[in-house]
Amino acid sequence: MIMEVLIPSSAEEICELLSQDNSRQLLAGGTDFMVEVNYRHRSPSSVIAIDRVPELRNWHHDGDSVVIGSCVTYREIERGPLATLVPALAQAARTVGSPQIRNAGTIGGNIGTASPAGDMIPVLSALGAEVSLRSSEGKREISLDDLIVGVKQTSLGQGEFIESVRVPVLESPQEFLKVGSRSAMVISVTSLALITYPKTQSVGIGLGAVNPRPTRARQAEEFIKDFLNWESMQVDPSGLDHFKELVSEASRPIDDHRSVAAYRRHSIGVLAQRALTRIFSERSPSG
Amino acid sequence: MTATETYKVGARSGVGVSSQRPDAVPKATGEFSFSSDLSSHNMLWGKTLRSPYPSARIRNIDYSEALAISGVHAILTASDVPGKNLFGLEHPDQPVLADDIVRYAGEPIALVAAEHPEIAADAISRIHVDFEVLNPLVDAESAVTADPIHPEGNVIRHLVIDYGDPTSSGDVTVEGTYEVGMQDQAFMGTESGMAVPSPDGSVDLYISTQWLHSDQKQIIEALNLPEDMVRLTLAGVGGAFGGREDVSMHVHLCMLALHTGRPVKMIYDRNESFLGHVHRHPAKIWYRHHANKDGLLVKVEGKIILDGGAYASTTSAVLANACCFSTGPYKVDNAQIEGWGVRTNNPPCGAMRGFGNVQTCFAIEAQMDKIASALDIDPVELRLKNALEPGDQIITGQEITGAAPVKEVISSLADHPMPEPAINDLLARPGGTGRTTDQKHVKRGVGFAVSIKNLMFAEGFDDSSEALCEVNDGSVAIHTACVEVGQGFVTLVHQIAEEILGVSDITVIPADTSIGSAGSTSASRQTWMSGGAVLKACEAVVVNLIEQIAEEEGVKYENLDGTLVSEDGTKTIPISEALRGRSFQEKVVHRHAPTFPLDEKGQGNAHVSFAFAAHRAVVDVDQELGLVRVVEIATSQDVGRILNPIQAVGQIEGGITQGLGLAVLEELVMKNGVIQNANFTDYLLPTALDTPPIEIASLIEEPEPGAPFGAKGIGEPPTISSTPAVVAAIRDATGLDLRRVPVRPEDIALE
Ligand SMILES: Cc1cc2nc3c(=O)[nH]c(=O)nc-3n(C[C@H](O)[C@H](O)[C@H](O)COP(=O)(O)OP(=O)(O)OC[C@H]3O[C@@H](n4cnc5c(N)ncnc54)[C@H](O)[C@@H]3O)c2cc1C
Repeated sequence: MIMEVLIPSSAEEICELLSQDNSRQLLAGGTDFMVEVNYRHRSPSSVIAIDRVPELRNWHHDGDSVVIGSCVTYREIERGPLATLVPALAQAARTVGSPQIRNAGTIGGNIGTASPAGDMIPVLSALGAEVSLRSSEGKREISLDDLIVGVKQTSLGQGEFIESVRVPVLESPQEFLKVGSRSAMVISVTSLALITYPKTQSVGIGLGAVNPRPTRARQAEEFIKDFLNWESMQVDPSGLDHFKELVSEASRPIDDHRSVAAYRRHSIGVLAQRALTRIFSERSPSG
Repeated sequence: MTATETYKVGARSGVGVSSQRPDAVPKATGEFSFSSDLSSHNMLWGKTLRSPYPSARIRNIDYSEALAISGVHAILTASDVPGKNLFGLEHPDQPVLADDIVRYAGEPIALVAAEHPEIAADAISRIHVDFEVLNPLVDAESAVTADPIHPEGNVIRHLVIDYGDPTSSGDVTVEGTYEVGMQDQAFMGTESGMAVPSPDGSVDLYISTQWLHSDQKQIIEALNLPEDMVRLTLAGVGGAFGGREDVSMHVHLCMLALHTGRPVKMIYDRNESFLGHVHRHPAKIWYRHHANKDGLLVKVEGKIILDGGAYASTTSAVLANACCFSTGPYKVDNAQIEGWGVRTNNPPCGAMRGFGNVQTCFAIEAQMDKIASALDIDPVELRLKNALEPGDQIITGQEITGAAPVKEVISSLADHPMPEPAINDLLARPGGTGRTTDQKHVKRGVGFAVSIKNLMFAEGFDDSSEALCEVNDGSVAIHTACVEVGQGFVTLVHQIAEEILGVSDITVIPADTSIGSAGSTSASRQTWMSGGAVLKACEAVVVNLIEQIAEEEGVKYENLDGTLVSEDGTKTIPISEALRGRSFQEKVVHRHAPTFPLDEKGQGNAHVSFAFAAHRAVVDVDQELGLVRVVEIATSQDVGRILNPIQAVGQIEGGITQGLGLAVLEELVMKNGVIQNANFTDYLLPTALDTPPIEIASLIEEPEPGAPFGAKGIGEPPTISSTPAVVAAIRDATGLDLRRVPVRPEDIALE
């Protein structure tokens, strides 16, 4: 079996290679891709290895946001400056695979795979991430929630690839929590990201592994607003039970070999409450 | 050409020392050649087509398209099996290649040999099998009465143990039904090997296995060749744990090599590995324990069902272990036990570390805790009260004649200090890197469990091992067919030879079938059996040496701890010096004391020796999310005598981790006969973060009569009671019943 491997050195060149032949497949860290090749679920005849393209490997500030190149690895997100700028993304990155996987695996690859259990997804969703796509036709921006349209399905057009992801720098608390049966290196049974937006006095909640597409718990986000005190950073505990319920209701989990739907529904609610009360301390009813 | 290596190391210092394994550094640096590293000039790659269905009739196999692919050299099916199309570890009931019926998902149907593994895989995907898909039988309980799925019927073995007075009863009874999920050996090195044909029609097989001679016996039947035409040599083994005791690719490789006239190599990928070897038997166990007010056991009633899957493998022996030790390391005068090992369309199950004792121990220890709680007696106290002692009988009527320091094992562990309270670290809590759990969500629990394991083969099996000791001018070469699977036998060979002969220039000749069988590297038996054979062979050299010197000098010498001393005491000479310039070749066969079959009431001296262990687990549980963090496992173990401390600790740490895996993580999830998680993404082994500090409270050294240097086998006991200890600790933290392992988050959180 002959497989052609092309190694472009710029994003421009990727566009060209894709426009010449749009059956060419993109290889970033290969941590999803190569598993599929090894098990013959994928047999590409031409591969574009993009992880040496400098502009995809970098991240930079852009006003109130950071723009993270698609080939930035978990290792880079997990620690260093990015970890301070987008803490929930770093917390999620730390849960991915093993050190070897985190050295190779990229944020763009996680989006490209579009697995419901992809650990970047709930964080990016809760952050309202915008994904920058590029092709020989030009560039466009799309929200992460619109890019991923189903289980392992994206709305990427022909010849289009993910160049970068833009997320806001908020300088306020963020939490990512993930349930798996093992203490590390485990695919999410459920995961949840909770992002605080002090300016709008709201929270963003992204749910992982409980829906086919990226899902925000919008009703819960809306409901809990009235129970939060942004000065004292406290939450009125009387809202917590219903908040939890609303988060669980936003999930459409399945039974599979990793867990059962009932547990997923239960645990996603628990994660929401815990994330919230880590940031907002529970005000005693009397106070 | 081969991956097998001759181990040769420098100075070591006899028995009882932590000498370093010769393969330690090569394995750490990646230089060690495993069977997957085998290669040969002109080699082809083999691949296996397996059934996707757990039960189906094969109407037709069309491989014309596959055979037409350039680079494909052979496609073989059942009709190409030269001899009997049946193999099996205990008795042959499993086709080498499925003929008209497939009985489990993963059963081999056809073989390909091709120039490249990719071509072979491509060919496999173009073999068209016309299946008539049948309804699989997947429930072990109904298998007993269901229509047979195999000519030999569905009950592989039915065993009754009827001991003492069935009408006896106690002041309290506790009852429970328990389940054990399907654990896998999950060795790191998947199955691999290479067969090299010779022009005379014979074949050499280089393979990672546990028992070369049993493989050979099964292969020659299938190939219809005499023994000397199928030679096996051990290739570097990447772990075994029982999963390599059965034949996997062995016959397939030989068939392809003999058919193509070229060396053929195979490596299973991780998915195929899970399909290509037997697993631990899933079990359903019912118990009713009767005890006196003071906590003494009066009677145990039990029913045990083991799901053997489609073929017999070692189900019969595993069931015997489950039943014979179904009352644990406790004295009880009355027992009514009934066990079934049944056939279903689930994957075949067979040997795995602990071998039947793991399943029942989980249930027994839960029952013991229930008795303790019913009578308000401390669980450790209850176990001490009932602990077996030398001279006691087990429920097969066999008297324990060797060392049985059960009480010492229990009390030394109970005395061991408890771990520190939880440290303030998110990663150290349940949920680990998932950051799920704050300290306020954590409850700590402690659990205690004790186990018994029989050592060596049982029920009248003629168990032997052969060793050759060759001395040439002060250098020593030792040959056995004993398989090194990682347990450290090669280190022990050096230690034993050096202990007896005082020589440090020792070579371990690669294990192969040019010497007699060593039996399997299983049942915690090789130190005793092959270690014993090496010891005897070395001792035979010394006897001959003394005779030779007596003939030459007319002086009789005696061996005093490695030094020859003349009768009159005037002359001394170290054995190592006396060996210089001389040559010896001593071959001996070592046997343990005979055992006997069980009679129709399950009575008889079926076992050789027993080893005991106790485990204490401390866990932190996040009950709301059902997440468990094992904080510490402490152990005491009855080891007879420690021959190499660091290797002993290695066995204990590894075994406990495997037991922890069964307690909270490891299970092959089945759905209608098909494994749902045949990969390491979803078959979850403990990571470093899941593996707690393992504290060795005490290794009890009471020499075992009949064992070389008094050493008992130590490989299996760590795996047996660690599982129930962890689950007991979770029960302690949560107050839940938890009757099934592995304990899943939903089992805790949704209760
Ligand atoms: C042992 C192991 C453990 C893992 N654990 C986790 C885990 O805990 N959590 C988790 O979320 N994931 C996990 N994964 C999955 C994987 O590591 C991640 O999804 C990773 O982010 C994929 O990135 P990659 O760079 O390796 O992508 P690749 O494998 O190279 O590519 C993945 C897919 O994305 C496409 N793609 C890549 N880059 C682009 C781009 N720029 N534009 C468009 N499409 C693109 C590829 O064509 C391919 O379809 C694990 C994988 C392994 C092997």
